[in-house]
Amino acid sequence: MLRDIRRWGPPLLLISPSLILVGIFVYGLIAINTYTSMTDMHTAAQTTGKAPVSFVGLQNYWELLASDSFQHSLKNLALYTIVFLSGALVFGFMWAWLLDRPVKYEGVFRSIYLFPMAVSFIASGVVWRWLLNSNVDDKATGLNRLFQIVGLNFLQNGWWNNVNVGITAIAIPAIWQLAGYIMALFLAGFRGIPQELREAARVDGVSEFQLYRLVVFPQLTPILLSAVIVIGHMSLKVFDLIMSISKPANYQTKVPAIDMFVFKSQYDYANSAAVGVILLVIVAVLIVPYLVHVARSGRR
Amino acid sequence: MYTPRRFAGVIAGVMAAGLALTACSGNGGSPTESASGTASGSMGTATEVEVFTWWTSGGEKAGLDGLVSVLADKYPNVTFVNGAVAGGAGSAAKDLLQSRLQANDPPDTFQAHAGAELDDYIAAGQVQDISDLYTEFGLTDVFPADLLSLLTVDGAIYSVPANIHRANVVWANPSVLEAAGLDSTATYATMSDWFTALDAVQASGQTALSIATTWTQVQLLETVLISDLGADGYIGLWDGTTDWTGSGVTAALEDFQKLMSYTNTDRDGLDWPDALQMVVDGTAGFNVMGDWAAGELDTQSLTAGTDYIYFPVPGTSGIFDFLSDSFTLPVGAPHPDGAKAWLDVVGSLEGQTAFNIAKGSIPARTDADPSLFNAYQQSAIKDFASDTIVPSLAHGAAAPIAQLNAISDATSKFTSGGSDLATFQTELAASAG
Repeated sequence: MLRDIRRWGPPLLLISPSLILVGIFVYGLIAINTYTSMTDMHTAAQTTGKAPVSFVGLQNYWELLASDSFQHSLKNLALYTIVFLSGALVFGFMWAWLLDRPVKYEGVFRSIYLFPMAVSFIASGVVWRWLLNSNVDDKATGLNRLFQIVGLNFLQNGWWNNVNVGITAIAIPAIWQLAGYIMALFLAGFRGIPQELREAARVDGVSEFQLYRLVVFPQLTPILLSAVIVIGHMSLKVFDLIMSISKPANYQTKVPAIDMFVFKSQYDYANSAAVGVILLVIVAVLIVPYLVHVARSGRR
Repeated sequence: MYTPRRFAGVIAGVMAAGLALTACSGNGGSPTESASGTASGSMGTATEVEVFTWWTSGGEKAGLDGLVSVLADKYPNVTFVNGAVAGGAGSAAKDLLQSRLQANDPPDTFQAHAGAELDDYIAAGQVQDISDLYTEFGLTDVFPADLLSLLTVDGAIYSVPANIHRANVVWANPSVLEAAGLDSTATYATMSDWFTALDAVQASGQTALSIATTWTQVQLLETVLISDLGADGYIGLWDGTTDWTGSGVTAALEDFQKLMSYTNTDRDGLDWPDALQMVVDGTAGFNVMGDWAAGELDTQSLTAGTDYIYFPVPGTSGIFDFLSDSFTLPVGAPHPDGAKAWLDVVGSLEGQTAFNIAKGSIPARTDADPSLFNAYQQSAIKDFASDTIVPSLAHGAAAPIAQLNAISDATSKFTSGGSDLATFQTELAASAG
């Protein structure tokens, strides 16, 4: 008994402050938030206790999920995630593959590709807001003007102002910012594969294509998985980029995080909390299998 | 052996520094609080007032400075503390204000739009009834009766208006209109007269009607509703006597749809000065904006009549679509004496004159001297005294924030092509609850 305490006591004591803080400020607040989402706290008077608040169970969730406008937000989120995720992966992987061969001035290219990540979404959003101007032809500015100058007039479009697919235009700056990071991940993966393996494969007489398909790519799966997790959860949280390019009141670019903000600013704390829980569940669906996977491979 | 120990030393150092920093910030907060607390308690007459606004630049900042100088004259013992928060037409400030009020840390007084926007604060018990101050300062006689009745909620008044703005004004560029073959002195009695003019401007190759992001579209919608329903019909939308699903509203929405077809395509990415600038630059014929546009045009040294013209939105002459910036007395304000001094200054003739000359709006008091104001303001003062006053939707006078947000959502959905007119009308009706 005493030996157990000696053995476990000091480490436990060491981590207990963070355990307590995480317990209160992460899990405690998730619990309070979940409770709020199950009440009818929709007005200012209720938030200060001037009017009674009652428990309504899952009613807010059903109403939210049934409303056209929230479905539109969810659809936007899905579209954005697909385009952002695939775009960042494709570009990041392509750049890493190109830099994997011996390239002159590799360091310069690496910096150029990685640089946009240093800029905050808010700051880059201000610039992209101008680049993604929706005017065409004689009133065009930004990218549309560029297309005009180089004679690619047919590429001019309304960018994020399309009510159905406009959100994918917001994914362009996001890809621009994060593709370099994905490149760095994959480049590290490429470099982590021992040269001996490649040489051995070459000795066995594989073509360059087979070398990648059979030897290199399979070893990049863990990198791919973490890239998907990083980009995926960033994409689900998208808020600042939309705030700085579009506006919270613009229907075209609504996502759940924007809805949460709007509900909160009109004292509708119950719906705001409900949107928060829905986002948490969506992120959990993505992250939990990954954590399980990591835990399993750690045990092996 | 050596390296790990040094490593541990570094970590320990960093942690110690971190702890020291936390300790500092912890201490940093409390002395100021206690100091200010004793100052207001023991010294009696000398106090301060923290005024929370979103007036940080341009004419708005100049207006605030005007009020501050009047405060310094009238109450030399009261120190002005500027609690202004910049950004996003007040949305950043409103968010910060909301969290401060919820945390029981209110400023001494804050800016809010008079009318229904105050309902949330009143219902939440966050602002005090200041009807007594109206009697004390003698304000009941100098504000117009229409305005007083719009400010009164269940027999009590919760704010002192600093100014009056008008939202239903069309700004136009006479040279664009003349280039389109129109008479630049003409005004338009109805929406359909205006459509003819808009067609002409569009045919001349310019944007007929410039507009910006969602809230300016909501403001356009509100003026169309006033135009088609009349003052009584429009007010009825907010007190429940006009049916949102009725044919009058349908006709107004059809007009709104037609108006939107004349507008610029990049509207959702613009803010109101960008859209107004299109009129100034001669790339657009008309723009509908509140009369703070006059302040913006003044700063560019433009002359009314030659560089720009203005008239009430067609079909709304004789109606004054009002909004008003007003100041409140929050519950639990740390310096109530300072707040009362501020409210006195805001309501006073000197305060209203100093503030409105700089901001481009007009005094809410009826006894101000019109000759001190510019041509537009003089015409607005005259109209305010004689017109029917109706509350603005887009600026918080007509409906509570939740309903305004629902209407904004439906409008943005409609103008971006996400819904048809029938759905739009259903959603507007649903917003009324």
